[in-house]
Amino acid sequence: MAVNGDKQMQQITEKTDTSKDIKILAIESSCDETAAAVVLNGRTVLSNVISSQIALHTLYGGVVPELASRKHIEKINQVIEQALADAQVTLDDIDAIGVTYGPGLVGALLVGVAEAKAIAYARKLPLVGVHHIEGHVSANYIEHPDLEPPFLCLIVSGGHTHLVIVRDYGEFEILGRTRDDAAGEAFDKVARAIGLGYPGGPKVDKLAREGNPDAIVFPKGKLGDNPYDFSFSGVKSAVLNYLNSASMKGEEVNRADLAASFQKSVVDVLVEHTMLAAKEYGMKKVAIAGGVASNGALREAMEKACRRRKYTFYRPSPILCTDNAAMIGTAAYYEYIKGTRHGWDLNAIPNLKLGER
Amino acid sequence: MKILAMDSSGTVATAAIVEDDSLLAEYTVNYKKTHSQTLLPMIDEIVRMTELDLATIDAIAVASGPGSFTGLRIGSATAKGLGLALDKPIVEVPTVDALACNLYDTPGLICPIMDARRNQVYTGVYRFENHSLVTIRESFAESIEALCGLLNEFGEPVTFLGDGVPVFGDRIVGMLQVPCSFAPAHLARQRAGAVGTLGLRMYKEGRFCTAAEHRPDYLRPSQAERERAEREKAKQEK
Repeated sequence: MAVNGDKQMQQITEKTDTSKDIKILAIESSCDETAAAVVLNGRTVLSNVISSQIALHTLYGGVVPELASRKHIEKINQVIEQALADAQVTLDDIDAIGVTYGPGLVGALLVGVAEAKAIAYARKLPLVGVHHIEGHVSANYIEHPDLEPPFLCLIVSGGHTHLVIVRDYGEFEILGRTRDDAAGEAFDKVARAIGLGYPGGPKVDKLAREGNPDAIVFPKGKLGDNPYDFSFSGVKSAVLNYLNSASMKGEEVNRADLAASFQKSVVDVLVEHTMLAAKEYGMKKVAIAGGVASNGALREAMEKACRRRKYTFYRPSPILCTDNAAMIGTAAYYEYIKGTRHGWDLNAIPNLKLGER
Repeated sequence: MKILAMDSSGTVATAAIVEDDSLLAEYTVNYKKTHSQTLLPMIDEIVRMTELDLATIDAIAVASGPGSFTGLRIGSATAKGLGLALDKPIVEVPTVDALACNLYDTPGLICPIMDARRNQVYTGVYRFENHSLVTIRESFAESIEALCGLLNEFGEPVTFLGDGVPVFGDRIVGMLQVPCSFAPAHLARQRAGAVGTLGLRMYKEGRFCTAAEHRPDYLRPSQAERERAEREKAKQEK
């Protein structure tokens, strides 16, 4: 009997010859973007096609899993064909297929996984399953050709908040993670509460630029036992309570001030924990990754903190922070040269843990 | 003419290779493993067993719906990936039509029923005339009560099959005023052999699409769309 989470058929073959060029076709469908890319030797993006579903999900105030899955199946072939055409290659030029198999929405993941497996199978190409978050971390390798492990990385997105040391390609030491909401989730919920709607992160970011970040003091989610863990449900509740009590008193809320103050409270904690870990573990290279890594305030604050301590700061450009397949192609490349291969029974694993294979 | 066929619309995962009037291979599994884990390994198995060069197939036939939304998409994404990689067209075979094909030349009406949850079945009404399948009512989603009412109006014997039988069989017997029977185990569920046979015929008639064009026919909007439509309607009525 096999259920989600079982060890999948996977083998480590001999290390791959890296003297010749390796082109990977990568597919990503874990949430609300259908994406495909062709990546050369793990670092050079030959194409990066993203079909966004934001307009569709905006009608519902958030991602609707069934609609996301339906959109993926409608778009996936066109997106892949576009990625091949943009890269000016055909499947004959491709050396391996990389695909996100978790974590994410199971129905959405399954579309990419089944499609990738079928293409790899029909073309007798190696299949490499990729962890979505490893992909986000790998976006930094694309942006910064000089970046190599080890480095410290803060991964912040709508579903994840992890502080990790990247020991080697695909090898992570997790220092801290969120105990409740992911950072991006808190952004989404606050955005909804002040009527900004979905997607919350960029909208809060934009509004916050017009506000005073010191106007309201929200609590910072500190936890006792692990200095690197995060908690964002407290600040989220504080925002909701603030809005509630203002509405009871019939007071007008300055939404820009609230957005800026909320954002500051989240960003401060993210930066503090990251800096503490960098110091404690002697890390001179600090990177950020994930959808929230495109947040303007976080990028500025982290950069400033790093500059003050003479750390080198790495961050992907916003287009590589969002879900995309180029980052999956990069992560797949490093797995591929290590010899990782997945079988035709590869399944989607919605709760795949970081560093798990 | 050669067709690779598959169906993962319900509890069964099934794959077959049909060449003209001959079923070269068929692999059917009705087990709790997810279709994502079984479907492609099954295809691989029959391809190897028949030493099939995938480049020689003419088309890929897939049960295109109705059925489990996720199950349909596993089949569709597999078919679309194969179609893209091999540059082959897709034949979209309605799930319920293929099920009806299992009961070749059965007298009276043939009524496949698939459990559609929410007390409904995905169904259709068919009969064989002059050895050909004739569609009386094409795929639709309906409550079991309404379906039995419809079949009573037709007033003919009915043979049922599909994964809705174990769920609704007793109630059907209670409500139906016409003679009925239920297909035996070897004919009672989706068979890719039937998808391939029907698919081959459709392909010859020019009824196919590109891999990029293919998408499942769910027969039903998603819950979110349904609820949104209801909200919009309520708003308009105010």
